[in-house]
Amino acid sequence: MSPVIKKKGEKFTLPSKYLLFILTILCLLLVVLTFNTSLFNGPLGTIAGYIVVPFQRGISEVGSWMNDRSEELSEIQDLLEENEKLKQQIDELTIDITRLQQDKYELNNLRELYQLDSQYDEYEKIGARIIARDAGNWYSSFVIDKGSNDGIEVNMNVMAGAGLVGIVVDVGPNWAKVTSIIADNSNVSGKVLSTSDNLIVSGDLELMSEGVISFSQLIDSDNQVVEGDKIVTSSISDKYLPGILIGYINSISADSNNLTKSGCVTPAVDFEHLEEVLVITELKQQIEE
Amino acid sequence: MKRNIISAILILFCFVLQCTVFRWLDFGGIVPNLLIILTASFGFMRGETTGLLIGFVCGLLTDIFFADIIGFYALVYMYIGFVNGKFNRQFYPEDIKMPMCLIIGSDFVYGFVCYVFLFLLRGRLNIGYYMMHVIIPEVVYTLIVTIFLYPIILKINYRLESKEKRSAKKFV
Repeated sequence: MSPVIKKKGEKFTLPSKYLLFILTILCLLLVVLTFNTSLFNGPLGTIAGYIVVPFQRGISEVGSWMNDRSEELSEIQDLLEENEKLKQQIDELTIDITRLQQDKYELNNLRELYQLDSQYDEYEKIGARIIARDAGNWYSSFVIDKGSNDGIEVNMNVMAGAGLVGIVVDVGPNWAKVTSIIADNSNVSGKVLSTSDNLIVSGDLELMSEGVISFSQLIDSDNQVVEGDKIVTSSISDKYLPGILIGYINSISADSNNLTKSGCVTPAVDFEHLEEVLVITELKQQIEE
Repeated sequence: MKRNIISAILILFCFVLQCTVFRWLDFGGIVPNLLIILTASFGFMRGETTGLLIGFVCGLLTDIFFADIIGFYALVYMYIGFVNGKFNRQFYPEDIKMPMCLIIGSDFVYGFVCYVFLFLLRGRLNIGYYMMHVIIPEVVYTLIVTIFLYPIILKINYRLESKEKRSAKKFV
């Protein structure tokens, strides 16, 4: 007799073997479906968002408060030393600023001449708070507390301070998932600001602990790119807006094919202590297919 | 019914803790895997069906929030819950060695499966690095958290079980 058949007066139970089999099929179906489409992200994300996000929001406040207190204690000594250094730096910087202000004045005049818009200040941005980080240890994505209700859409760029943080990959009504550029599965098309050479910046779990990410496929036959050069997002990327600072070249070496170069980039953003981010509510212009 | 509600609360509690509070208390960027502790311990305490269901829900939550495709983590957690359920007959509440070993084993298998499917298939061959910097630290940290979390889960399960037994007696 089949064990699934319901006997009279007995509670209906499904043997675990069958349940496992059914759920396995279900999971595999979901994997195949979501690999190609984003069919289930909408409804599932909505439900999960309303259940989990309020808790995450509350607890991450408490967590960040605790973290702040413990860091305050351990950092007082460092801060005192740093304060001395910074004071010296302020003097140096004040001199620099006056010089730069003159440069900027000149630059503005030139821009007007060329009718170039100053780029990044003009992007519309909204602030958001990070409420949860990846539950595993393999990737570094995080969840922010703004979603489609606040006008956030998939593929919007995310910044913090002056640098690129990542890109929105998933949106619920009150939350959005951001994959950061240091995550192992992320690739960004960038260019060296000084020479306009294109390259690919990709996150790497192995390098993440050293606080750098790798870049590759830099074609620099004249050897003009040096350590310390700025890398910004390139204009040929189909998702990232052009001209956002990614970081600075940390090390550079020629590949074995002698045509391209690769190396490490120090990101402009401190990913370890990220709490608030800015989402650019402007999407890169897409060409209709 | 009561058991279902309490299980749901436990899952939610562990998931939220794992991606908020423990993210602030991480050591070298590594967080412990509370969901594995939950899945494995419900597996060997309550049997295969409960284990695989709890695993499925835990995995699905992780999938929705942090994975590109839905279903992968659900599958991994579900099988871990199911296999742990196989040890239900050898489980005694007084014994702490076997649960510890099972949880460590589960977390290690979880880490290894994640490495194989998410990294090895993309051509990241340096298994030594990932073993030393992700999988082993996660196992150790999870083990430490288990020492505190496991007795709580055990107690909750014991309470529920004794209550269920009492209400079952009433009907006899």
